[in-house]
Amino acid sequence: MGRILLVCRLAVRDLRHRPASAALLLLAIATAATTLTLGLALQGTTSRPYDTTRAATAGPDVVAQVIPPGPSASPPADVGALEQLTRVSGVDGHSGPYPFTFAALRAGGHQAGALVEGRDQGMASVDQPDLIQGSWIRPGAVVIERAFADALGVHAGDRVTLNGRSFVVSGVAVTAAIPPYPDICFFGCDLSTTALSGTEPGLIWLTQADARSLATAAEPLNYVLNLKLANPADANAFVNAYESAHPAMSAPFLISWQAMSAEDGRLVSNEERVLTIGSWLLGLLAIASVAVLVGGRMAELTRRVGLLKAVGSTPSLVATVLLAEHLVLALVAAGIGLLAGWLCAPLLTNPGAGLIGVPGAPPITLDTIGLVVAVALGVAVAATFIPAVRAARTSTVRALADSARAPRRRAWLVAISSRLPVPLLLGLRFAARRPRRMVLSVATIAITATGIVAVLMVHARSDQSLGAGSGLDNPQNDRLNQVLLVISVALLVRAAVNAILITWATMLDARHSSALARALGATPQQVTIGLSSAQVLPALIGALLGIPGGIGLVAAVGHGETLTIPPSWWLIVTVLAITAGVAAITMVPAWLGTRHPAAEILQSELA
Amino acid sequence: MNETANGIVLRSRGLTKTFGKGDGLVRAVDEVDLDVATAETVAIMGPSGCGKSTLLHLAGGLERPSGGEVTLAGNRLDQMGERALARLRRTAIGFVFQAFHLIDELTARENVELPALLAGSSPRAARRRATELLDRVGLADRAAFLPAALSGGQRQRVAIARALSNDPLVVLADEPTGNLDSAATLEVLRLFDDLRSTGQTLVIVTHDSRIAATADRLISMRDGVFVDETRLSGGTRGNLSALAGLEG
Repeated sequence: MGRILLVCRLAVRDLRHRPASAALLLLAIATAATTLTLGLALQGTTSRPYDTTRAATAGPDVVAQVIPPGPSASPPADVGALEQLTRVSGVDGHSGPYPFTFAALRAGGHQAGALVEGRDQGMASVDQPDLIQGSWIRPGAVVIERAFADALGVHAGDRVTLNGRSFVVSGVAVTAAIPPYPDICFFGCDLSTTALSGTEPGLIWLTQADARSLATAAEPLNYVLNLKLANPADANAFVNAYESAHPAMSAPFLISWQAMSAEDGRLVSNEERVLTIGSWLLGLLAIASVAVLVGGRMAELTRRVGLLKAVGSTPSLVATVLLAEHLVLALVAAGIGLLAGWLCAPLLTNPGAGLIGVPGAPPITLDTIGLVVAVALGVAVAATFIPAVRAARTSTVRALADSARAPRRRAWLVAISSRLPVPLLLGLRFAARRPRRMVLSVATIAITATGIVAVLMVHARSDQSLGAGSGLDNPQNDRLNQVLLVISVALLVRAAVNAILITWATMLDARHSSALARALGATPQQVTIGLSSAQVLPALIGALLGIPGGIGLVAAVGHGETLTIPPSWWLIVTVLAITAGVAAITMVPAWLGTRHPAAEILQSELA
Repeated sequence: MNETANGIVLRSRGLTKTFGKGDGLVRAVDEVDLDVATAETVAIMGPSGCGKSTLLHLAGGLERPSGGEVTLAGNRLDQMGERALARLRRTAIGFVFQAFHLIDELTARENVELPALLAGSSPRAARRRATELLDRVGLADRAAFLPAALSGGQRQRVAIARALSNDPLVVLADEPTGNLDSAATLEVLRLFDDLRSTGQTLVIVTHDSRIAATADRLISMRDGVFVDETRLSGGTRGNLSALAGLEG
């Protein structure tokens, strides 16, 4: 008990002694924990909005469709097969069959395809779309699914044309019988007209007479039937049993409400994937941050270890104190990350306009808590274990006497540097003193560049995705872009913080050398540029490594999807921007480092 | 450069350096007037904390004075910008520190050639000059050694060679034997004597009377001011071992 108290007391005192360093550690780990929480919390978060929408619209338990068996001039869709379905055992109610077809839509300066579904003017007992704006359909007036209306920028009272005929928009509504735009074709859309096949269609309700009038030889009538079952939970079993009994291609195609709920859940699958990858990348950057912070304190830690040992502490106690303070920070950071992730998740999980209700704060499961805490602790342990063991094994006398580890010598680098201009000569020599820190710099920038290149690839892919040519906003892309922006900013901020920390650590480590260089005639500007260039070279290497890293990352998580490589100039600009950014942000701590009088440093530090 | 032409290479007038404020104000250097002639060796003696090292740092442009003026080769150091000061340090001044201040990861030769590289010499010229200087200080066979593999005296000789790299107008040495034993002190004394004989201007700050005895002029300092000045005739040539306490 006494030992635990001692460890706690020493750990707390040390943390209070260096609040800025502790705060930076906390920030580094909390950022990674927050992102990881977001990624994990997104799983299945749209189920509640789907349930709300289903309740509000008397959503069907099963949706059945029939389409014509062949191309134009073939027999019409077998609506009789749908009518037979209403008499199948277990069916408790229905609406339809309703006719639907595909038409060319013009609205708000946009051109798109539309699935136009003919409905009764009266209220349906099953799948009655819930009006968000305006009134229900009437002859010459249509209701547009909300996500599609948002993408088109139309509202109740506006006019749209379908196959060249003008209709007034009488209302905007949501439904649980089909996923929102741009996913209404998740079960497949049999679009014959070339003009329509280039875009993702949206859903429009209109009278059955208007729907029938829009059918053409190329886009004939199809039919949809909404079923209520006696036992909604058995919808999947109902669908499977029916499809087994009716294997013909011309037989109705059935979809259960559970399948639609799952499809709505996939609305955030891309965000979930991006956030999960982003959180791992941020976790790696957090490890780098902690390693730099701990490494930068090694001289101070070594002296402290010497003092602790001199007053009788055992090596294990020394290691335990060092580990304990970082584990405490990691636990606090994990708590902050879980809370922040839980609070931020609704901002990213809002399923958009296609469903009603909001998911609210997603439940944080024990699995999520366990994984986030484990990652946070893992980051702290990974970064402090080696210094802790090294500190514990350092001899007392040496620990008390040494101010820092001896720098490394790289003869070939010294030889090369002597042929370079003074700032680069100094920069290369500063960098060569601590090769592990240089590797850390390369890794930090490589991780960031990997993330940025992956983001560029996703952007390049979304630019080429179906529907992008219509000029319509894709709500999924918009949401994904928001997530990508958040991750990109988080990665860049973390990389910037790491670059500053590494520069600061390099500056502290090279205090004596840079002061001596100034005493021997190097100008402060030359030393500043030298310290900054010590980070620029690793940044350039890291940025270049990020290109294959990003492509590999997207390939690894893409499950065999075709890769979309961004234009070369995007990648070149990325590498140059990262390198220039590192040069700019490291200049400030480097310049601050040269503000201290050289004489004072040389007086205070014995070589 | 007039003062150099007149024989004065380093001059200060009313040179003052203070630290702290109010009750805690310390006048480390208090209105000091100093003239150092070309080829002269001046020793400044005094107890620890009397302001010797601060005076040397002011004379070398490593610190800014709080008042007064300091002129090196006709250039007002107290009025120069950092860049101009750096340029002057690299061409006109050579520093020798008590703690040697060699760069640990560089060999003796690489340490000596560093000022020449900073001054823009070609790598080949810097290397040739470093080799000459190491030969001059008797360490040609130690050129490829790292500082950790050299004795204290050898390290200080490397530091002196480094100070001479760019043919400075004046060498400013701060307690050059403070960290050395008697034998190493003798090595350094011999080197300074050799420098003096070649006309190198030297300002040596020390609290070691044996070093001071090798100078042309001895200035005593206390509490930031000069309290005594003695002109020594004949220097120490031929009698260094006795001065260093190695011979009777």
